[in-house]
Amino acid sequence: MRLYGSGLTLSYDQRVVATGLDVTIPDGSFTVIIGPNACGKSTTLRALARMLKPRAGAVHLDGSVITSLPSKEVARRLGLLPQSSIVPDGITVADLVSRGRYPHQRLMRQWSKQDEVAVATAMESTGVTDLADRCVDELSGGQRQRVWLAMALAQETPILLLDEPTTFLDIAHQIEVLDLCADLHEQGRTLVAVLHDLNQACRYATHLIVMRDGRIVAEGDPTEIVTAELVQEVFDLRCEIVEDPQSGTPMIVPEARRRTRAPA
Amino acid sequence: MSPAGVIEAAPGRRPGHVPPRRTGRAAALSAGLLAGLGVLVLLTLVGIAVGSRSVPLSTVVDALTAPDGSTDHTVIRELRVPRTLLGLGVGAALGLAGALMQSLTRNPLADPGLLGINYGAALGVTVALGLLGLSDPAVYVWFAFAGAALSAVLAYALGSAGRSGASPVRLALAGVALGMVFHAAASAILRMDVATFDRMRFWLTGSLAGPTPDIAVRLAPFLIAGLVLGLLLAGPLNALALGDDAGRSLGVGVGRTRVLTAVAVTLLCGAATAAAGPLWFVGLAVPHAVRTFTGPDQRWLLPYTVVLSPVVLLGSDILGRVIAAPGEVQVGIMCAVVGAPVFILLARRRRLAAL
Amino acid sequence: MTVLRLGPWSVRLSPRGIAVAAAMIVVGVAVSLVALSTGEFTVPIPDIVTSVFGQGTPAAELIVGRLRAPRVVTGLVVGAAFGLSGAILQSLTRNPLGSPDFLGFTAGASTGGILAVVSGGSAWQIAGGSLLGCVASALLVYGLAFRGGVQSYRLVLVGIGVGAVLVSVDWYLLTRANINDAASAGTWITGSLSGRGWDHAIPVACALLLLLPVCALISRPLRMMEMGDDAARAAGIGVEKVRAAAVVTGVLLCGVATAAAGPVIFVAMAAPQLARRLSRSPGVTMIASALMGAVLLVTADLAAQRLFAPVQLPVGIMTAAIGGTYLVFMLRKERR
Repeated sequence: MRLYGSGLTLSYDQRVVATGLDVTIPDGSFTVIIGPNACGKSTTLRALARMLKPRAGAVHLDGSVITSLPSKEVARRLGLLPQSSIVPDGITVADLVSRGRYPHQRLMRQWSKQDEVAVATAMESTGVTDLADRCVDELSGGQRQRVWLAMALAQETPILLLDEPTTFLDIAHQIEVLDLCADLHEQGRTLVAVLHDLNQACRYATHLIVMRDGRIVAEGDPTEIVTAELVQEVFDLRCEIVEDPQSGTPMIVPEARRRTRAPA
Repeated sequence: MSPAGVIEAAPGRRPGHVPPRRTGRAAALSAGLLAGLGVLVLLTLVGIAVGSRSVPLSTVVDALTAPDGSTDHTVIRELRVPRTLLGLGVGAALGLAGALMQSLTRNPLADPGLLGINYGAALGVTVALGLLGLSDPAVYVWFAFAGAALSAVLAYALGSAGRSGASPVRLALAGVALGMVFHAAASAILRMDVATFDRMRFWLTGSLAGPTPDIAVRLAPFLIAGLVLGLLLAGPLNALALGDDAGRSLGVGVGRTRVLTAVAVTLLCGAATAAAGPLWFVGLAVPHAVRTFTGPDQRWLLPYTVVLSPVVLLGSDILGRVIAAPGEVQVGIMCAVVGAPVFILLARRRRLAAL
Repeated sequence: MTVLRLGPWSVRLSPRGIAVAAAMIVVGVAVSLVALSTGEFTVPIPDIVTSVFGQGTPAAELIVGRLRAPRVVTGLVVGAAFGLSGAILQSLTRNPLGSPDFLGFTAGASTGGILAVVSGGSAWQIAGGSLLGCVASALLVYGLAFRGGVQSYRLVLVGIGVGAVLVSVDWYLLTRANINDAASAGTWITGSLSGRGWDHAIPVACALLLLLPVCALISRPLRMMEMGDDAARAAGIGVEKVRAAAVVTGVLLCGVATAAAGPVIFVAMAAPQLARRLSRSPGVTMIASALMGAVLLVTADLAAQRLFAPVQLPVGIMTAAIGGTYLVFMLRKERR
């Protein structure tokens, strides 16, 4: 396994989010972390991306403790799409995407041929090539998220972590971004994403990690682990599991308070 | 960024959460307010008694009730009493102005000094005094009003410019920047004439010594008008705290409330600055301290602020006279020294990170 | 963006940025020449050139070499230092108003300087006092804003708070001093270039030479940090280290500049933004900001000397006017 954390104690200031957490990301998987609000899923992702230093335990990347590796070296193997990034005033799409090449650059090697190819490819595969000269401020939410994704892609890392990549997007753009992620996964990358929507998680994940109160309740192939009992246990929600008519993956249908609609 | 974030920054205020109305709490708060008034009266007497020549409290009472024309009584009646009255009025005005601004802009950092409003008023006064030679406070206070109103509008426009809208940090920076321009302009005008500079440099630092002894009396009508207007706005501001739409649906005239609040703030800041120079942080620190025990209800917050702000201002003034006796540290400096730590504490709070 | 490649090396340059930089150099040289040649005695420009090389008439050498040249050079280097300092701190705070003027650093320098002025210190003591004051206030701000790391918004707010206290202390010192000391300290805190000699210019020039490489090193990570700390960390940047280096560099530049000329306000705020708008780059750029700062300050100083001649205004009043105009401009621009 290239990326895993063992015995992690995670905390913000005094508030401990998780203790003794072991989390492993299978190579080549599209792993989705899911759970109710404040279950520690984003915190776990941030720890895996070395954004948050664990109070105890360690995250390992390719056999070494991640904090012992040079940060730029890590950035060439593992990319992160943070939940909130700031768009500098007046920056163009091409400029923003090309900033993803930072870990591959030096003071005297600011723009190699590889940089150019990587940026072009990243923009191509996220479909933002036509927007290259537009200002990022002017774009719609969905377009903007694709630009950020392109920037993370331009980093050309085999592992890519995504912190709630679909928040603030409407349903069509959510699917668009997730389809794009699925494509990236098929091209051979390992993807880890934090998502809110359980149905979307089941549909796209090859490996699902279900968390509650800072611990992992279940993990594995969504078709095997997602049951009505699990949803009840994790989300306190009574539901029925049916088969997604499109993808054949589990689909959660919350229980109605009344079985049938009262006649008008 | 979101208004919800700003609301969160105020302790004890949760969107959609209405505190249960308990008679016990109201009684306790009323008693507290009375106690605050008591402290204020006591501090007023102490403020009159303490100075380069301290007198016993009994002499103060005598001087007020039965003046006998002695030196002590004259000093008390002609110098100390006006000064203390000025402290009362200015303190109440700035505290209330700060509370009103925080409520109106839903910005926890709003303060008449920080947002440059007091410096705008000070520039107005300087123009009137230094360039036009007007020396009647009741006349030049109108220049202070103009300066205060102008800088309030400018600070808000500058602070909310740009894509991200008005965030507390942007607004604070815009206010500080404007304040520096106004201050530079005011000092440039003052420096043209050494005599004016010498007389006004104390005022420009913020001082209760007052350019003229009768200034408290001359400016009293404006201060009182501002205080009454501000206190009357408690109800509508409560409704507006939930957002403009919520306020509107509760039947509050949103536009009218804003304009009236702005008028009250201008009156309070303009008159206070004309009297005592540009002061910082009283309007920031006191409402925040008060909010910790009254919660966000303006009907308690505003009266408490009006009572406790002069306590802080008079206290600072007395302290400034005691530590530097026989001279004094101007109250403007004391306010910055007392208030800035509160501001810094506020800045260190994690909650603000959400803004 | 054009790319220059040579073997394994490559550098990215914006043609417009280069054109703007070249134009600013031309303007800077032109304004400097005007400042050197005009005044109470006009020295023709050829005479300036000869006197710089020690071949001129004694009168020209005295006026240009002793009086005007040090003043112009001090203006240039101080302006450049303020411009750079502003560029670094604005980038760090992600805010066009996040310049040392408003973060308490300039105020700290003033306090140090005034302390030296009112205690009758020499020019060197005043310079040392303001440098110390600047560094001390920066340490205080950084320390108070530190809470398991420093976030930009907290740096701004704490800076404002500390600045307010220090400004009050300045005014306290001014009101306690006798009126003559107070008047001269009053001129000093407005910022002035009058009577500046080579011993003012040289320390600033040395600081610029020493710190320019640091600026070059941190400029790219700083640009990444404009997108947020997480994004920068993900790209492999040691955010806290870069931030500390940036604060130290910005503070030192601001400190030495203030030591030489007093706290000239608003140059550090306006220069990076004007440069940025002219070269149409996203975010501030270091070199252009330094050039713009130099041009702004010598121009403002020339205007302060000539506009109301024979009355000589302190340059700080001119820059405050420029700052005010710029704020209004910014307002109009962003309101659109």
